[in-house]
Amino acid sequence: MTWLYSQHIMRLSWLAAASSLICAFAFTSPALATEPREFILSNGMKVLLVEVPKAPVATVQVWYKVGSRNEVMGRAGLSHMLEHMMFKGTAKYSKGTFSRLIRKNGGTDNAFTSQDFTAYFENLASDRVELALELEADRMQGLLLDMSELATEREVVKEERRLRTEDDPQGALVEALFAQAYLSHPYHWPVIGWFGDIDAMTLDDLQRHYDTYYSPNNATLVVVGDIKTDSLLHTITQLFEPIPRGPEPKPIATMEPEQKGERRFLLKRDAQVPFVMMGYRVPNFTSEDSYALDILDSILSHGKSSRLYQSLVYEQKSALAVGSEYSVLQADPGLFYFYALVSPGQKPESVEDALHREIKRLQGDSPTEQELQRAKNQVEAAHVFEQDSNFRHAMLLGQAESVGAGWRKIDQFVERIRAVTTKDIQRVARQYLTEDNRTVGTLIPIPPKQPEAPSTAAQQGEP
Amino acid sequence: MPTTSRRPITPRRHAALTLLMAFCALLLANGSGTAAEIAPTKFVSANGITVLVLEQHFLPIVEIHALIKTGSAQDPPSKAGLANLVASLLDEGTTTRTSKQQAEQIDFIGGALEANASEDFTTASARVLKKDVDLGVTLLADMLQHPAFHKQEFERIRTQLLGEMASDNDDPGHIAMKAFNQLVFHGHPYRWPVNGTAETLNKITLADVQAFYGREYAPSQVILAIVGDITLEQATTLVQAHFGAWKKGAATTRNTKNPSPIERKTVQLIEKDLTQSTIVLGHEGLSRTHPDYYSVTVMNYILGAGGFSSRLMDSIRDKQGLAYGIMSHFDARLMPGSFWINLQTKTETTNQAIAGVLSEIKSIRDTPVSDQELAEAKSFLLGSFPLRFDSTAKLAHVLAQVELYGLGFEYFQDYPKWIDRVTKEDVQRVAKQYLDPKRYALVVVGDLAKAKVKY
Repeated sequence: MTWLYSQHIMRLSWLAAASSLICAFAFTSPALATEPREFILSNGMKVLLVEVPKAPVATVQVWYKVGSRNEVMGRAGLSHMLEHMMFKGTAKYSKGTFSRLIRKNGGTDNAFTSQDFTAYFENLASDRVELALELEADRMQGLLLDMSELATEREVVKEERRLRTEDDPQGALVEALFAQAYLSHPYHWPVIGWFGDIDAMTLDDLQRHYDTYYSPNNATLVVVGDIKTDSLLHTITQLFEPIPRGPEPKPIATMEPEQKGERRFLLKRDAQVPFVMMGYRVPNFTSEDSYALDILDSILSHGKSSRLYQSLVYEQKSALAVGSEYSVLQADPGLFYFYALVSPGQKPESVEDALHREIKRLQGDSPTEQELQRAKNQVEAAHVFEQDSNFRHAMLLGQAESVGAGWRKIDQFVERIRAVTTKDIQRVARQYLTEDNRTVGTLIPIPPKQPEAPSTAAQQGEP
Repeated sequence: MPTTSRRPITPRRHAALTLLMAFCALLLANGSGTAAEIAPTKFVSANGITVLVLEQHFLPIVEIHALIKTGSAQDPPSKAGLANLVASLLDEGTTTRTSKQQAEQIDFIGGALEANASEDFTTASARVLKKDVDLGVTLLADMLQHPAFHKQEFERIRTQLLGEMASDNDDPGHIAMKAFNQLVFHGHPYRWPVNGTAETLNKITLADVQAFYGREYAPSQVILAIVGDITLEQATTLVQAHFGAWKKGAATTRNTKNPSPIERKTVQLIEKDLTQSTIVLGHEGLSRTHPDYYSVTVMNYILGAGGFSSRLMDSIRDKQGLAYGIMSHFDARLMPGSFWINLQTKTETTNQAIAGVLSEIKSIRDTPVSDQELAEAKSFLLGSFPLRFDSTAKLAHVLAQVELYGLGFEYFQDYPKWIDRVTKEDVQRVAKQYLDPKRYALVVVGDLAKAKVKY
């Protein structure tokens, strides 16, 4: 994802960023500057429009309810591959035209795929919104899938996998953690897919996926910015209503059974420092406990005064970075996970013990009222800051819709956050953060393989 | 929740360039005449702080952003990392607040307080809700004027930075840029990583930290941008109340020696057990205030900064499938910065990718760009301004940098003219002048035995 700057966080991004970004949206207050206006077109497409007149810009986002959770064994990464292929052109707009038109009009476009959704966006001047809408409407139905384009894009995606996972020790550990924590549910495999599956995908696979999931009744259109709702709705209706309703995708059948006993694994590879992750299976937004889990996450890891930072980084100095993540807006129950980047010279075992101690401390004694209030204040402030960016504002709405929570849940969520007590936090810590419910993965650095060439060779060429 | 994006992520080390470039296009944006009024009020306080205030009342947010005109370019030669260490200690205790108290106060109001050094400047900022603006300014003013530099925090942060350095070596891109900067900025302070090296960091003493702070942190060195839901009157009062007692410092001497161009092609190969080669290729660039900056911006957009519209992306990714991402950069700084192209490709295609990169550099020098390429580049640069301008934090950063580079606020009127007057001939002229397909620095990190780099 695109929003984290420092080198350090960049590398954690694969595990933390994607979810911290998304997590951060999840906690909101009703103090929306402008309420979204919701419309449902006759073909079933949901439209959410928010007028934000502060700058002459807007974001257009189309969210499809399809991600790696909708894939089957042997085709992991199909949703993500389709996302790439969505830029390869239609009968009306040939390959490359989409992005070029957007750029020519001063806009930028991109897309992202997760376990639960695939989303496409254009950020541009608000008087160019119609162009983005027309292009999105066009590729909702008219995508051309071409063999040679797939052959090239397959190589691009494999380079992406090398970059994110093969050559990134922490990325590799995250992938392994999900594979261990989920045995039958599709959260088992990575969004980008395995090499073998990427190689095996065919045009037919892509076409079937496209036909099944890319339909107006499986999509949410979100526009946030300096727009006029009434006239824009008219445009949207004209562009999108002619697209016929598609089949209703079948709900996924395979759920993950309860975990009965700790799972533990090591990943040994070339790396500089050890990295520890622990994932606990927890409920999503559908559970009453999600509010307290959310506050629990905040108390543990939001800000430098949070418990994990103060204990592991500040006092014990055993970790270079530490955190927890709870993503409430997931379609299926996800992981409440912890991570710690182990300081040089420190043992991963003692860092893991320190994490356990902090969990036990919360299970033994409730957090203080001060900590609780801080967490609630952080949630409320974060929500206001979120709206500073049209893009993030739209993402929150799109994600809430795509995982099945609905955007109204966002407001309810904050109301319920306010009611969380210190006892609730202790209760959910006791209920979910248990040994039998966890998967622990540790990255163990091993010395690099002996190179055939000297480790650093400098040469001078011709002037 | 793991998320995978179609397009590569570009680390934002070069915010100065992108933001400034972006800033200006609004005035011509689509000829729509809807240009935002970017009219900050500027004044200089009695003790010499340059204050910029811009009212934005849509959301109850205030960003208070201080830019201090010092950075790693002012580090003493053997003590690279000093400016960064000083900045890292600003939120680790003041004379009246411990590190933990600073954290507790800002966290309790759900705000953010941070400090970061870069080569030419250091920033310290507070981001708070309107109702907490007094506390936000208080905490920021305190950390800028009264850092305690406790011995134990100094040691702790140094150890932390050393650990992060070790961990950074898991990132091939980081390793490659570190090596590239050593080659391109030989003999100049820009060659060091902002956070220094293990060797230089270990040489820094607490006395060095205190001396650097005493010398470099003075009101006359500070640009303070305040943006958001606050009135000019409130902002003025807050600045006076919280920064008014900061004593003027003596004039500081500046390291302004420009880096010298590299003399010949230089290749550095770094072995690492990886499936991809990380490639960085480039040489010296130009400063932000150079008159050719705008022509270079247009040229670079066409070459490799224009996302999927760029020649490099089209050739290396879309046609050959060699990389997930590829980009060209001109990092225009106070002193001439660098130009580079970076990508990752599987080990086996290392030479093919380098050949492709060199061929695009040659091509944009040898042949004029097409009318369409030029028109599309300009139209993006002019039209995309408001996108970069859509949050209080971005606005505060950009205002401070416009002031730092001495561009003046008339720049907002003038920028479209500067972009618009760039011709095909200009593009080819600056391509020939600022790109060199023979005299470059090349760094490859990866499995060298298999990559068999032939450059």
